[in-house]
Amino acid sequence: MVTIEFLGPINKSPLTLDIKNLSELSILLKDDTEVVNWLENCAVAVNDTLVSSKDIQLNSGDRVCLLPPVCGG
Amino acid sequence: MNKENRLQLFDGDLPVEEITNAWYDEFRNSNFGAIITFVGVVRDEDGIDGLSFDIYEPILNNWFNSWQEKANKNNAIVLMAHSRGDVLNHTSSYIAAVCSPKRRVALELIDEFVEDFKKSAPIWKYDIIDGKRVYAEERSTKIEGSGILA
Repeated sequence: MVTIEFLGPINKSPLTLDIKNLSELSILLKDDTEVVNWLENCAVAVNDTLVSSKDIQLNSGDRVCLLPPVCGG
Repeated sequence: MNKENRLQLFDGDLPVEEITNAWYDEFRNSNFGAIITFVGVVRDEDGIDGLSFDIYEPILNNWFNSWQEKANKNNAIVLMAHSRGDVLNHTSSYIAAVCSPKRRVALELIDEFVEDFKKSAPIWKYDIIDGKRVYAEERSTKIEGSGILA
């Protein structure tokens, strides 16, 4: 199982999903009305490393984070 | 906590004098000819009472460590302090500093370090309005590579 965390203002509890890659996650989240509008603006990290493609395989125990637009300082 | 305590996070507003004095005391004997400190202060504008912040520490630490490596290649170091939670107007939420043997390196690094922080560090800002947190969406920047799941 893979844990999905939604950071900052997305304000959604983590999900635990049986998925094999980020493409499967994309399909599932496009059907989630709480999240779909954030997808265009969110960066994605797998196990705390930012990734630039959804051609990423996922293994059980992996953690995926969605990071919406940032503004520190 | 970041290694060597060069990235410090605080709940609420920053104790600016305590932080900057400690940095100066720690590094003035290290033969850095230039120590540049940037202090960000929350402005009273648009009717806000202050700002509030969420931080995702694992990726912030990775981001900061990559900057430390970059600075070290120029014989410099970077330092940073940031607030979590609420920070009221006219207090500080963010301090960045560069210590370098050479003035020009420090001036250029502090500019790049602060600008990259604004667009890359995993920190989310909210305005505090009538006691509520309102995400500062219009002032926020997409992290490079955003949108791959869309």
